[in-house]
Amino acid sequence: MKKKTVKPSRVALYVVLLLLVVVYLLPAYLTLITALKDPSEISLPHSWDFPAVLNWKSFSEAFALLKPNIINSFILTICATAISIALGSINGYVFSKWKFKGSELIFTLLLFGMFIPYQVILIPLFQTLRAMNLYGGLPGLILAHVVYGLPITSLIFRNFYMQIPDSLVESATLDGAGFFSIYTQVIFPLSIPGFVVTSIWQSTQIWNEFLWGITLTRHSANPITVGLAQLAGGQAVSWNLPMAGSILAALPVLFIYIVMGRYFIRGLLAGSVKG
Amino acid sequence: MARVELEKVFKRYGSFETVHGIDLAIKDNEFVVLVGPSGCGKSTILRMIAGLEEISDGTMRIGDRVVNDIDPKSRNVAMVFQNYALYPHKNVFDNMGFSLKMAGLSRNEIKEKVEQAAKVLELTPYLDRKPAALSGGQRQRVAMGRAIVRDPDVFLFDEPLSNLDAQLRTQMRMELKKLHIKMKTTTIYVTHDQVEAMTLADRIVVIKDGTIHQVGTPIEVFEKPKTVFVAKFIGNPPTNIMAGQVAEQGGAKGILCENGMFLPFPHETALEIGRKVLAGIRPDAIAAEEAVNKFSPAWQYDVQVLFSEIVGGQSLLEFDINGTSMVAELDGRHKVDPGTTLKLGFDLDRLFVFDPETNLALDW
Ligand SMILES: Nc1ncnc2c1ncn2[C@@H]1O[C@H](COP(=O)(O)OP(=O)(O)OP(=O)(O)O)[C@@H](O)[C@H]1O
Ligand SMILES: [Mg+2]
Repeated sequence: MKKKTVKPSRVALYVVLLLLVVVYLLPAYLTLITALKDPSEISLPHSWDFPAVLNWKSFSEAFALLKPNIINSFILTICATAISIALGSINGYVFSKWKFKGSELIFTLLLFGMFIPYQVILIPLFQTLRAMNLYGGLPGLILAHVVYGLPITSLIFRNFYMQIPDSLVESATLDGAGFFSIYTQVIFPLSIPGFVVTSIWQSTQIWNEFLWGITLTRHSANPITVGLAQLAGGQAVSWNLPMAGSILAALPVLFIYIVMGRYFIRGLLAGSVKG
Repeated sequence: MARVELEKVFKRYGSFETVHGIDLAIKDNEFVVLVGPSGCGKSTILRMIAGLEEISDGTMRIGDRVVNDIDPKSRNVAMVFQNYALYPHKNVFDNMGFSLKMAGLSRNEIKEKVEQAAKVLELTPYLDRKPAALSGGQRQRVAMGRAIVRDPDVFLFDEPLSNLDAQLRTQMRMELKKLHIKMKTTTIYVTHDQVEAMTLADRIVVIKDGTIHQVGTPIEVFEKPKTVFVAKFIGNPPTNIMAGQVAEQGGAKGILCENGMFLPFPHETALEIGRKVLAGIRPDAIAAEEAVNKFSPAWQYDVQVLFSEIVGGQSLLEFDINGTSMVAELDGRHKVDPGTTLKLGFDLDRLFVFDPETNLALDW
């Protein structure tokens, strides 16, 4: 067997890549070791030291403190994701298969919603929710996320459905199916990859969102991101708790990507329906 | 089963008109084939009959009903699409049973009808399979099965065989014909394959640019084309067309072509001398060798062979006559070297005469 000669440029490339990996992983490392330290052991000069004894209790304590927020976040994420992808799917179905006069214009206007930053609409959103008597609780936050998620979910579903041949819909029409039965019998069963993509996207966005969480909900309805911030605020913080909390908060998203990640890629790339 | 009638039917997309007021009456049980070049509006007409496209103007009747404003599912028509449009996530049974399920039939009734159709189409072994696991021919049959389980008033086919290879196409064509003989359902079939048109149709409708050029039996369309387009489009190779004028030569009236060739009329005619015409002669109306002697010497011509090829039991011969090239389709195998001079006989009983201005066949 011939020994491969390693080019210097390759070596340089890998060294650079390795360095970048280290830089990227440092915060995660710091989070982990801090979470595992006893509060008394945490100090700025020794922040990079490995913990003398592993303090697993941080996690259970953080969990106990954050439990209401975690429950809130689960309710928020599940409801807002489910509603926004269900509506997005129907929207996509209409914009791709039931075009009407002006539907392209409406679709374009809808897409503008994707480019509006959260901060820009914060105050009007706050006022609207208050006028609707939804300010402060989870339903209001869910509504905000549903509405804000519609542009992207509608877009993904519309593009997905554009690849389903129109003749399938026409054929179903002649077979006697109407608007809803075509959706439930033909379109929906073909859109599982679309649902995977949008649900991953939406749940990650919603789970990680902070700004609306802190401005639109009262204490009892705060999501996990807000709970974490509060854990880290104040004067004498035992840093092991927010660090452990961060890890707990990251777990669901991590889990979604590990379990559904390959469907995500597949759904984004393929999504086509073979005739 | 039902008649289908189109009266002055137009289709416009905005200001762009694609179907220009066609009239067509299809009888009960009839098998009608729409042929024409790509983009002439065949699919549009079919889709208007199905109700998938609105008609911009005119009247459409199925049976005794005016269906202009009746939605597709209430027209009781079944359509087979070129790409079959099978539901990819449903197995063959569910694909075929879908319309029955939508109509609210019981599980048992659906089972009975689907199994019966599957038997006719020899699909019984595949009922559990998804379309992706079927061959092209099998998918085609499923698409057909989906149409026949419903027992519709009208079958609509949009180039259903064009995705199949030549052999399978021939086989499916014959099965389709047998199916029609058995079921007798009114059928409208779109194709641009004229062999399919000639073999399947009770009547052929030749369409060009959104207007009907001729409606007739395959033999009428072949032997009595109403326009130059029909003469050229139906039949392969196409009809030889030559410009000329009515003249008298040696006491006989005929067409003096621009290349000097004289085609005597086979019967009396009122066409006046000097009138400009187009003469058409089908390649298969030309004979060679002994067959030439069937014709009077006035119908025989000396030509120069440009090219010849053998197609199965027949030969195609491209030849030059006074500087114009024409094609003959000869019975038997004739391999003739280019440049050879040959005597050919023209069957002028089958001569076509058209008006060069309107391109319409003349009454002569
Ligand atoms: N939505 C549309 N908007 C504008 N023009 C259209 C539309 N659909 C079809 N056309 C035009 O109508 C004409 C007829 O189209 P049609 O599909 O009926 O042709 P066809 O005879 O079926 O052709 P082919 O043999 O290629 O299938 C074409 O010129 C086409 O460009
Ligand atoms: Mg077509």
